[in-house]
Amino acid sequence: MTKRQADVVVVGGGLIGAWTAFFLARRGRKVVLIEKGVVGAQSSGTNFGNLRLQGRFPGQYPLSLRSQALWEDIENLIGDRCEFHQSGHLYIAFNAAEREKLEAYAAVSESYGLTIEHLGPADLTRRYPWLSTRAVAATFSPRDATANPRLVTPAVARAAKALGVEILEHCTVTHARRDGAGFIVETADGRSFGSDHLVNSAGAWAGEIAEMFGESAPLFPAGPPQFVTEPFPYFLFPSVQAVDGTVIFRQIPRGNIILAGYPRTAADPIRNRAPVPPSKTLAAMRHLAAVVPALRHCHVIRVWSGIEGYLPDMIPVIGPSATTEGLFHAFGFCGHGFQIGPGVGLCLSEMICDGRTETPLEPFSIARFRGTVAEDEKFRREFDRPAAAEKGGPWARRASPSPAAARSIPCAAAPRWPRCPTR
Amino acid sequence: MAEVVIVGAGPAGIRAAGVLAAQGLRPILVDEGRQAGGQGYRHPSPGLALDMDALMGTEAGKYRALHADFAELLPLIDYRPRTLVWGIEERRLHCMRDGRQMTIPFDVLVIATGAMDRVAPLPGWTLPGVFTLGGAQAVLKDQGCLIGRRVAFLGASPLLSLAALQYRKLSAQVVAVCDTSPFRDKIAALPRLAAVPRTLARGIAYLAALKSARVPLFHGVTPLAIEGDREVTALRFLDGRGRERRITCDAVALGYGLKPETQLAELAGARFAFDAHFRLWLPVTDEDGRAGEGLYLAGDGATIGGADAAEASGTLAALAVLHDLGLRPSVDERPALRRRLARLRRFQHGLARAFRWPGPALSRVPDEVTVCRCEHVTAGDIRRAMDADLGPVDVNRVKAITRCGMGRCQGRVCGPALQEIAAAHAGLEAEAVGRLRGQAPVKPIPIGLLAEEHA
Repeated sequence: MTKRQADVVVVGGGLIGAWTAFFLARRGRKVVLIEKGVVGAQSSGTNFGNLRLQGRFPGQYPLSLRSQALWEDIENLIGDRCEFHQSGHLYIAFNAAEREKLEAYAAVSESYGLTIEHLGPADLTRRYPWLSTRAVAATFSPRDATANPRLVTPAVARAAKALGVEILEHCTVTHARRDGAGFIVETADGRSFGSDHLVNSAGAWAGEIAEMFGESAPLFPAGPPQFVTEPFPYFLFPSVQAVDGTVIFRQIPRGNIILAGYPRTAADPIRNRAPVPPSKTLAAMRHLAAVVPALRHCHVIRVWSGIEGYLPDMIPVIGPSATTEGLFHAFGFCGHGFQIGPGVGLCLSEMICDGRTETPLEPFSIARFRGTVAEDEKFRREFDRPAAAEKGGPWARRASPSPAAARSIPCAAAPRWPRCPTR
Repeated sequence: MAEVVIVGAGPAGIRAAGVLAAQGLRPILVDEGRQAGGQGYRHPSPGLALDMDALMGTEAGKYRALHADFAELLPLIDYRPRTLVWGIEERRLHCMRDGRQMTIPFDVLVIATGAMDRVAPLPGWTLPGVFTLGGAQAVLKDQGCLIGRRVAFLGASPLLSLAALQYRKLSAQVVAVCDTSPFRDKIAALPRLAAVPRTLARGIAYLAALKSARVPLFHGVTPLAIEGDREVTALRFLDGRGRERRITCDAVALGYGLKPETQLAELAGARFAFDAHFRLWLPVTDEDGRAGEGLYLAGDGATIGGADAAEASGTLAALAVLHDLGLRPSVDERPALRRRLARLRRFQHGLARAFRWPGPALSRVPDEVTVCRCEHVTAGDIRRAMDADLGPVDVNRVKAITRCGMGRCQGRVCGPALQEIAAAHAGLEAEAVGRLRGQAPVKPIPIGLLAEEHA
């Protein structure tokens, strides 16, 4: 077997892997990107497409803002706009408690310098006459944007390839190990690659790569159910999200309305499928009709989902391995990786090339799973408990889940999902 | 007792319901249409008097028998017309009836959803005035309407000559019947067509009738374009000898045989295999129509067989249901039915040979021609996307990148053409570029779908 040498091997050709390869190539590194399927086909290509700045995890703002600046410059970076559109994001509340939650989110956003407009009922009626009066308050962030996920990752990968990145599709990594000062990566088709650094951006399948280096994270796969309507006259300009999580929707200029809603759907990483149950479609439609009554005659024509990796604290793993020097992880984006994708790629490239990055990434360390990790409130709200338990999801093999206050799950007992077949 | 639900009230669904009702089961028969009969045996709308004997010709007896038997069957079954089955979740059908959502639980599901036209794109095919061949027949039988006054029929299908004769009977001027398959293909298919001599004779009689009526009839044509600015004005093609012809018309009926409506079978868990005779992805069944546990497929929705095969396969699928439920009729009709069905389907393979889908020849569809009319995706858009660095090969990825097949019809119309264009462009066999996958809803459903009513 002949071994080929690179500076960095990136495992996983989603948005994170593609941006990482792109920024590394810009710094002159020789990069091989290995993807088991085709680039951008899973959560990178099937997510809602929101580039939302409001309401993020507070520790993520420096990364998020850095990433938004890259999105705003996407055409210069990769030569393609990918339908990037600074539509703004409207966060809506249905009652006083939710309004307080929005105000708390807004305080965090503003502390990082974002402009947030605080809207009451009269403002909403004037600015968004199509919005149901059930919405009693909202915050609007004009810098938030959207882009077309189906187009972005292939475009970034093409740009990376033009910079010299070698991209291998339909190529599965079977073994990866430390070898002297670097790494050896072997693939199912019998190829072997040597590198100084290794990046694990394998999405819902990243746990398997981490385990090759004696590390684990309670990663499990799920899908974001998404729905799209026939084209309708363009009238919904911002991206709209209910803070209770029931519905999130946006309209694209060609007229289709894209909507998504919780709970998320079960995903099968072995068959590579995340079907959307019709009852979820009905629930999403019902919630949208309640928020925008004018849409009740508009038809849903298509649904889809993809496979995303989730972690119980709803915070991704980004940064160096806790066991192996030269290995970097970036996975478990819990349904909010699209916005921070370019920023994560840039930070990883800096850590690899410079040994450091200016952006604080400590909250995202994989080492946090050595202790106990608090389950996030969103984690309990955004998944179907019984279904997840049946399918071996996060509640599998546990006594009837208590919907009580935040619980901690010990990582040793973390669920182990079926592995992705590698041969 | 097991709840048996049949989807589709065409000849297959009606015959299946009849067998089950005769055994004392009371099947639920769900149908999207307002009236039973399916497409081929479509009944005129209420209040419309049409000479169906004249329209149905030699098939009038079967048409009358099916509708008469259905009328007798009605008290014995739970018939639910105007009901769209749009999804399947576990053992429940999600349905929409009169704008209301309802679910129908089932233990056993018989899917007999029939077929729709297969079309090949050509310049001008999206102009107003171009109809599918089946659509041209549906407006005739259902409403007594014609798609135009001067009508051209184009494609590769035995139904071209039948529909042309039906149009003549209702006093339309048939300006041309243009068959893209050469006459020698019909000769080559004769051995298989001889499996059902009566139907073969019918086809020959149609051609003879067109000839004696002096309808211009062309074999082996190469379509060039349907012309017109805002509506159809002419059909331009090369005849079998390569001479260019332009025929003035105000409507074109376009059809290249049928493709099964397999979306529900897919949602119910059927597996698919690429069929070389039809160049279509077809659900895999055993000879009685079993496609999974408690799942049976019948009629043209399983594989193209025509109306007689639909009746036979509906009967056979229902017998398989009874057998699997342990309810065995005293006389086992299945062996005879299997033989009859095999013969009828062999005949259909002959038809697929005689009236050949252009297949790989679709690689010649010009770049500027629309393939996906819902999303306005051209053949050139597909080829350029595939040519790009890291461009897609699999049809589902081509769809993701270009939007081809993403619109209202969900690839039901453009799917076969996309399959051929993508495969030819990649230099691969048609099946090597995969199969467009579907999800519920199989047809559009309104956001304001009224609340659930448990049936």
